Amino acid sequence: MAYKHYVLVCGGTGCESSKADDIFTNLKTEVANAGLEHDVQVVKTGCFGFCEKGPIVKVLPEDAFYVEVKPSDAEEIVKETLIKGRIVKRLAYADESGKTSAVPEEIGFYQKQMRIVLRNCGLIDPEKIDEYIARDGYAALEKVLFEMTPDQVIEEMKISGLRGRGGAGFPTWMKWNFTKQVESDVKYIVCNADEGDPGAYMDRSTLEGDPHSVLEAMAIAGYTVGANQGFIYIRAEYPLAIKRLEIAMAQAREYGLLGQNILGSDFSFDIEIRLGAGAFVCGEETALLASIEGKRGMPTPKPPFPAVCGLWKKPTVINNVETWANVPVIITKGGKWFASIGTEKSSGTKVFALTGKIKNSGLVEVPMGTTLREIVYDIGGGIKGGKAFKAVQTGGPSGGVITAKMIDTPIDFDNLVAAGSMMGSGGMIVMDEDDCIIDVAKFYQEFCVEESCGKCSPCRIGTRKLYDILTKISEGKGTMEDLEQLKEIGEAMKRAALCGLGQTAPNPVLSSLHYFYDEYLEHINEKKCRAGKCKKLITYTINDNCRGCTLCARKCPVNCISGEVRQKHTIDQTKCIKCGECMKNCKFDAIEKR
Amino acid sequence: MSTVNIQINGKPITVEKGTHILAAAKQAGVKIPSLCAHPDLDAWAACGICVVKVSNARGISPKLVRACATECVEGENYITHDPELNKIRRTIIEMILADHPQSCLTCGRNGSCELQTLAAEFGIREIPFARNVKNMPKDDSTGAIVLDPSKCVQCGRCAQVCQQLQNVWALEFIGRGEKTRIAGAGDIVLNETPCIKCGQCSAHCPVGAIYELDETGKLLAAIQNPELTVVAQIAPAVRVAIGEEFGLEPGEITTGKIYAALRAIGVDTVFDTNFAADLTIMEEGTEFVHRFTEKKDLPLITSCCPAWVEYMEKYACDMIPNFSTAKSPQQMQGAITKTYYAQTAKLDPAKIFSVSIMPCTAKKQEIKRSEDMFSSGCQDNDLVLTTRELARLFKQFGIDFKNIEPQKADSPIGQYTGAGTIFGVTGGVMEAALRTAYYLVTNEELAGDAIDFTCVRGMDGIKKATVDVKGTPVRVAVAHGLKNVQTLLQEVRDARENGKELPYHFIEVMACKGGCIAGGGQPYGTEDEIRAKRINGLYTDDKKCEFRKSHQNPDIQKIYKDFFGEPSSHKAHKLLHTHYVSRPTYKK
Repeated sequence: MAYKHYVLVCGGTGCESSKADDIFTNLKTEVANAGLEHDVQVVKTGCFGFCEKGPIVKVLPEDAFYVEVKPSDAEEIVKETLIKGRIVKRLAYADESGKTSAVPEEIGFYQKQMRIVLRNCGLIDPEKIDEYIARDGYAALEKVLFEMTPDQVIEEMKISGLRGRGGAGFPTWMKWNFTKQVESDVKYIVCNADEGDPGAYMDRSTLEGDPHSVLEAMAIAGYTVGANQGFIYIRAEYPLAIKRLEIAMAQAREYGLLGQNILGSDFSFDIEIRLGAGAFVCGEETALLASIEGKRGMPTPKPPFPAVCGLWKKPTVINNVETWANVPVIITKGGKWFASIGTEKSSGTKVFALTGKIKNSGLVEVPMGTTLREIVYDIGGGIKGGKAFKAVQTGGPSGGVITAKMIDTPIDFDNLVAAGSMMGSGGMIVMDEDDCIIDVAKFYQEFCVEESCGKCSPCRIGTRKLYDILTKISEGKGTMEDLEQLKEIGEAMKRAALCGLGQTAPNPVLSSLHYFYDEYLEHINEKKCRAGKCKKLITYTINDNCRGCTLCARKCPVNCISGEVRQKHTIDQTKCIKCGECMKNCKFDAIEKR
Repeated sequence: MSTVNIQINGKPITVEKGTHILAAAKQAGVKIPSLCAHPDLDAWAACGICVVKVSNARGISPKLVRACATECVEGENYITHDPELNKIRRTIIEMILADHPQSCLTCGRNGSCELQTLAAEFGIREIPFARNVKNMPKDDSTGAIVLDPSKCVQCGRCAQVCQQLQNVWALEFIGRGEKTRIAGAGDIVLNETPCIKCGQCSAHCPVGAIYELDETGKLLAAIQNPELTVVAQIAPAVRVAIGEEFGLEPGEITTGKIYAALRAIGVDTVFDTNFAADLTIMEEGTEFVHRFTEKKDLPLITSCCPAWVEYMEKYACDMIPNFSTAKSPQQMQGAITKTYYAQTAKLDPAKIFSVSIMPCTAKKQEIKRSEDMFSSGCQDNDLVLTTRELARLFKQFGIDFKNIEPQKADSPIGQYTGAGTIFGVTGGVMEAALRTAYYLVTNEELAGDAIDFTCVRGMDGIKKATVDVKGTPVRVAVAHGLKNVQTLLQEVRDARENGKELPYHFIEVMACKGGCIAGGGQPYGTEDEIRAKRINGLYTDDKKCEFRKSHQNPDIQKIYKDFFGEPSSHKAHKLLHTHYVSRPTYKK
């Protein structure tokens, strides 16, 4: 029985933490109160992507798109939209000019996006397999099992040009083909869901919003390479994704889409979940496999590559969540269709987690080759608070900065590497003029110091040495020699570290050094931090605007401001901790930061 | 055997398929520097110093590969040295040094440290990077080996040895990132882990992060004490290794020199553990013949190796009934020193200080392992020094070891046979036992070449043989390197469970690869080439001996005649035998 209206409530982790659960419950209650339970279905879906404005509620078929919804809004949505067919204006998205858009097509955030990976996120109830099947789910698995040979699947993947979305961009068909060609009684399929880049959450959202797409893809790969067992390695910090995966796996087994003799064929395939403890290095494939085996998550040298000698020394296909999510669509719509999207060498789309100093932060999926300008300004709505754009960090701690000069460069695997960064898993952090490049590099280096597995000396020691030097520079104690050392250590790490983590860990430093050399020089020679971030290099002083209101002195946490009432106050520089509380509280613009 | 043709710096060479670049370069006479690679172990690929460039049809690869962990590929050329590689290696060494205490002068590895050597070879005169040294407490809980994590360079050798070669799993990496350190698995003190004190970690550590507990001071104090008679014994394997510390070739037999040097530093009486090895054969051989004829508690498993004994008590306590109750030669020697010798020399056993020189760290712990080690009425052995410690003492005393005039051991428990001396090599205990068991069973002496049981010699991890004792087949097996032991024991268990014939009657186990000649207390740098030379030394010593069967040792015959009566007598049991208990690891 079809419903007259569908109310979709975002059930991603972000919106759930903003009471999406209560919104869902309230909507259901209000619908029941209004006696509409036979006409209206309230659905908890996956992420809509527009996280800046969450929680999000969408009403179909009206396509009414409500942002920043509160549980108390449920009554109005039911009364206005569902009963009277009117849009609740105050809940519609309004851009800076105040123009409201009640349907997603009108919202800049969605206009340049193309949703392949996130095709079902925000649309279906991820806990109901029927909804996935209704959207052509498992049609691809059926197609490969009954209409395609493994070689044809590989060929289709080859035509699609799909490259691994985990960061390095290795052609997926080649990985599969290596494993397929190795003779072995046992082979494995592994899904890397150990998303670890700071700020990245596309894999989490995909698994929360559309878990079956990954299960289906893994089964397809299993059939193709001759594997009967799959593992999903997911961090324990993703409880919702884990829960939805478990539900999805149980339902798939019940429907005969996982387990013995799938869909009556001779192909059997099942999947187990393995929880990671959240070590960044376990996203590195050899460390991840070690962790599945119950060993300490430390990388091992490649070759041998996992495709040939992986989990328990058996040939293993390992792809990341986003890569997997592309596979079923490639099979159903054809590799050619997929290859027509994106650029010549990077086909398809890429999901980015757009965060930082951007107006519309959230998950965006765009065709490869979209420029940074389009992502930052058209989709992201530009920089917050009218500040100037400085750079974008892509690829998280393994990546580097992309500056304003390259803002019109089409983004794909190769262009990012050429720019000294990398795609990484798709974290995209926007910086504005208030961000200090040394501070940013320090942040990533600190992350790497903590997350290096500690096995190889270039990475274990190098990350710390880089961090120490950056700290020194940020304190105004840097020398020109330090810059040389950054390069020397960075180079040694790049060339001699064991795994991808260590080899790319100096990237944020080297790329910022390359593009923002002036800023490094300023810190060293002029002892100046133009962004005012490096505390040791800034001083707060009180100018003649001071009326002696004493507010700053009362707010100062270390009592370093003194002065008589109605007299100009002074800051004791020896005690000041540069917290900025005085400046924030002063009503007379009397505090200056230099 | 398939091979691959490669080039090292443009020079063609053919190597066995599967050879890593590091080993291939060594074959080509090119040394690639490394801090973590060790020929005994699978490549762990930690230090990053051995990186090389690969040149093939596609040109020079932009990625460097680790020579230790990368197998040679047909047709490739490996560039092992150039200024760029040199720069990278140098940077890495400088970084490692920046995080190292650099306390070379007071370090046990001063002069033999691999990091020190690298620093010297690279001519590093100052460390350009900020220092970041972590002071962490030492772990000396075992009383045999000391772990000093501050000096550790995280090469992983110790953990690999402990896990891969020895299957003990006492050592593991703890923490992550710069906080990574080596510690007892589960971050508990070593003595509470399943550690068996074999000391292979200390023998493989490239720096001074794990080393034997130095107890040389105790010997000097005893020598200085006028009330004490200091009696020493030296283990078989010491005589073919200690010379390396003084510029002699590995395997050179220095027995007489050691006796002389010991006397020179003030030891009163010098005996030889080899005598007790002969005694062990009398007891264990008799035990074997007894069990073999009675078909009881077979297979008999040797118990000379204290690390193996502890391993068995921890990991294979179901085999306790199969263990030979005979004590190890060290403990037999201690017991008879303070009884038989004390009587003959009219000495108060309480005033004898018995020191044994061993290739082994586990021996340090063995002297107190149970009340049976106090069978003489006092502690049978008072102190154990490893080969390395003794060499240091000799150096402190200015002994010109190379040129010192050899001397003879003292009587009445100093004379030994060839059977006693091969106790120091894998297969040696088995061979010595067979030589005597044959006689005990058949009452006939093995003659000529038949005395050499080559079937139990060699470096194979597990050696199996069937020995024909005048028509009766005796199935024997020898394992060394504890990872090999489980395989043998499992065969025995499987046969028992399935009611099948036992696969073996007699099993010899030595914890260390190659046997005691490569024990945890031997001179540094042990690898297969050196093992082979030391083994050769002991077999040469065997050949040179007047008697090559334990039961032919005149002093052995005398001790039974004058003191014990016969093997396995009541008195022998009191002094020469022991018992074992289950010691479960990780008590709940």
